[in-house]
Amino acid sequence: MGNALINVPGTVKRGEAFEIKALISHPMETGFRAGTNGTLIPRNIIQRFTCTYNGVEVFNLTLSPAIAANPFISFFTVATDSGSLVLRWTGDGGFSAEETVPITVTS
Amino acid sequence: MAHTPQTTTRRTFLVRSSGTAAALALGATSIPAHATPESLAASIKDVVGSAALRTGKVTLDLPPLAENGNTVPMTVTVDSPMTEADHVKAIHVFNEKNPQPYVMTAMLGPRNGRAQVAVRIKLNDSQKIVAIAETSRGEFWTASADVIVTLAACVEDPT
Repeated sequence: MGNALINVPGTVKRGEAFEIKALISHPMETGFRAGTNGTLIPRNIIQRFTCTYNGVEVFNLTLSPAIAANPFISFFTVATDSGSLVLRWTGDGGFSAEETVPITVTS
Repeated sequence: MAHTPQTTTRRTFLVRSSGTAAALALGATSIPAHATPESLAASIKDVVGSAALRTGKVTLDLPPLAENGNTVPMTVTVDSPMTEADHVKAIHVFNEKNPQPYVMTAMLGPRNGRAQVAVRIKLNDSQKIVAIAETSRGEFWTASADVIVTLAACVEDPT
């Protein structure tokens, strides 16, 4: 399971764009490196990151082996209503992590 | 010794069979050494197609000198009103010398309010990074940045 750190502002004004910063612990093994016995270490990366805001997808990112270990992702979204943001990471070897963050919108 | 090109001599047979063997050996491992400027151009072509690729609107923020290629902070910002009528649909990032030319694709929409995405990337060598923004109007804008990498990614022993 993933160990994620998520940073969102506590309260945001309606109609304002705010930043969401997410960090998750993951090796992001590229599949191009050889181990100590000379054989290649199989690829193990997060392939996809999605963010839904009250059930509507607002952002998604397709990752590749060129993304650094412990992927940090930052993006913006416009505050519409109070509710929750669901951040989901899926990847190789059936990797899946999900975090829910509450968001309070003031008018 | 006179012979027509159709006859198979011992020499031509050996040349052909060694070529096939080498091709098979390469195919079996199938690990590309590096993405090349050609493969970079090819993957950009896959995204852009026949549309015009124009420089501007995109700001690609990368450190000019990266001490550690394993984690290089990168921010892509696109100058766009992000409205229903005119917004950035996608941001694609490519590199020149990593094993694969592809870095990431972010899908955006008017709900984002601001077309800005930041991630940390791996760089295998000092190279050029290219960001391409695709707008809802079907335009493609691009920016590129050169990064000098002191310690390349993928060289250290995994622990």
